[in-house]
Amino acid sequence: MKRALPIFAVLAALLVAIAVANPFFLEPAGFLAFVKRAAPLVILAAGQYFVIISGEFDLSVGSLVTVEVVVAARLIDGDEAATWPVLALVIVIGLLVGLVNGAVTTLLRVPSFITTLGMMLVLSGAVFLWTGGAPRGALSQAFRVFGRDTLWSTLILLAVGVAAVLIMRANFGRTLVATGDNERAAALSGVRVTRARILAFVISGLAAAVAGILLGGFAGVSAQVGQGLEFSAITAVVLGGVVLGGGRGSVVAAMAGALTLEALFTLLNLYGISGALEFTVQGVIIIAAVAAGAVRLPFSLTPRKGDAHVAS
Amino acid sequence: MNDNLRDAPSPENTAPAPGSVAPSSGSPVSRETSAGDSGRGLSSSSASPVSPKARGRLAGMNLGSTQVVYLALLATIVVGWILVAIDGGDLLTLETVVGVQQRSAALGIVAVGQTLAILAGSLDLSVAYLISLSSLVAAEIMAAGSVPGAVTAVIAVSVLVGLVNGVVITKLKVHAFIATLGVALIIKGVVDHLYDGPAGRVPESFQHLGYDRIGPVPVSALLWAAVAGAAWFLLTRTRYGYRVYAVGGDPDVARLSGVRTDRVVIVTHVLCSLCAGIAGLLLASRLGAGAPTVGTDGGYDLESIAAVVLGGTALAGGRGGVAGTVGGVLLLAVLDSVFNQLEVNSFFKDVVRGVVIVVAVAVYARRAGRKRP
Repeated sequence: MKRALPIFAVLAALLVAIAVANPFFLEPAGFLAFVKRAAPLVILAAGQYFVIISGEFDLSVGSLVTVEVVVAARLIDGDEAATWPVLALVIVIGLLVGLVNGAVTTLLRVPSFITTLGMMLVLSGAVFLWTGGAPRGALSQAFRVFGRDTLWSTLILLAVGVAAVLIMRANFGRTLVATGDNERAAALSGVRVTRARILAFVISGLAAAVAGILLGGFAGVSAQVGQGLEFSAITAVVLGGVVLGGGRGSVVAAMAGALTLEALFTLLNLYGISGALEFTVQGVIIIAAVAAGAVRLPFSLTPRKGDAHVAS
Repeated sequence: MNDNLRDAPSPENTAPAPGSVAPSSGSPVSRETSAGDSGRGLSSSSASPVSPKARGRLAGMNLGSTQVVYLALLATIVVGWILVAIDGGDLLTLETVVGVQQRSAALGIVAVGQTLAILAGSLDLSVAYLISLSSLVAAEIMAAGSVPGAVTAVIAVSVLVGLVNGVVITKLKVHAFIATLGVALIIKGVVDHLYDGPAGRVPESFQHLGYDRIGPVPVSALLWAAVAGAAWFLLTRTRYGYRVYAVGGDPDVARLSGVRTDRVVIVTHVLCSLCAGIAGLLLASRLGAGAPTVGTDGGYDLESIAAVVLGGTALAGGRGGVAGTVGGVLLLAVLDSVFNQLEVNSFFKDVVRGVVIVVAVAVYARRAGRKRP
């Protein structure tokens, strides 16, 4: 619990700072615009959380987002009637990629860093191979509404958040934490470690698919739409106090980490530190934030407590 | 190569349990790392399909994964040669061999540094941006007229970045993934802020490094060999090398055995960054200028990690060595060369590269896994 507190303090401070610099932020429309912009990263962070808490990495989510957007654009090609089948297909692709990541990592015992790095190369190569270098086609209006419309993206974000909390409070969540904390002990106490990890990757793939749908609507079709998102998502999760290597941290804090990252970008923009130096500031703050969290004594914390706190 | 070092104390391997730690520093550390590894290595070398002669030569040496890399390299060359021959070309011309050497040199140097970091249980995601930064620093100072000054400046910058990486990881206790990613972002911001495109100029005299050949061997390949040789020597013949394996194998045990683990990790990151700096110099001499995207375009961060793991070094640290990494880099380069000769679509190359990396590592994991009780 205490581990998760700093991120909420930092987030609150950042939100206040944004509100001071830009009073429009206090109005519902202004705040919801921020939420809409943050939604894809928060969803990705939630998905990444499941993988990280189980002791693994998922570096493929960025390229998976790109694949989803590019594939959707080419298949829909402006045809409204194709929206729903393609939406379903996009979800299936996400689940499938997660399944492959999970199976290769657990059954073939390849470190997830390498599995998902390979998947990243395969996905980005495959999508450009298929489109011949540049994305083609266009998304339909019905597809874009999820990312463009504030109400829709907020609702989706809420649904994902609630689902993530519920999953972590269910048996599966505890199984996952046990797996990440001590794989051997978990296996000896009857946890199906392999299945738990595969499911974590599937959830991450699903989250990437949803984030891709939102980003496609929000940012439009480009070959760069998912670039660097995997690192942002991992950073967000770690900012939320979740320990790389697994077993410690809450999913709400991980999502708060993503909001914090997004709030940071917003603030930097407001103060005119946009462009390249934004990366420098981001780098310093990430290191500082994680260092501040790490120098504290480690608290034993189950996500259950953290979630309960936030839910109350 | 370094594996023979870990097998040197192998007769006594049967005795120490993983928990038993003597208060003196040198030998228990090496025993500790070898104890965890020798079982895997011995049975893997007996399981691998090597000729009796080779096995005799390698008897007692724990060359398991290194062997596999070179066998895979050989297989890649043979298959590639056949495929190219069917296509009507010839893979093994002087031109392509030189090309492979030249193309692999920069990645090879970075990967050697990355090997050190990974062996120590860390990793470095900042190398790609450091390469870009080094190339710019080198070209800018060389444009002002001083080649030795440029080299000195690159070394200074690299050492500084390595120090920051190491200190943040050890003293601030930030996970290496986040620490080096953060440093990467910092460098990216500075480079992107200052430069929009290529800058500086590298004089003819320094371009010899990138283009000259001594007989069939490019100077850049010699540089790579020198860096790899130095790292191999450090890892297998010096106290520092023992400590790297100890820290990577189990930092707590290493600390209890009297190793100053923080210092080892910091030095390792400085050396890793130095390698990236050298690669930056090499790329600057090849391009004739510094470029703000030369490191990231080459994908040197993730690619170097992939090459290291392809070479049989465990991502968790403590097992592996430079020899495997050299094989891993060459394997990627040969693959690339074959694709170029076959004129394979560059996007398809990425797909195949991803699959090859995962499959290769899966093969190691299976071999290692079979030994588990």
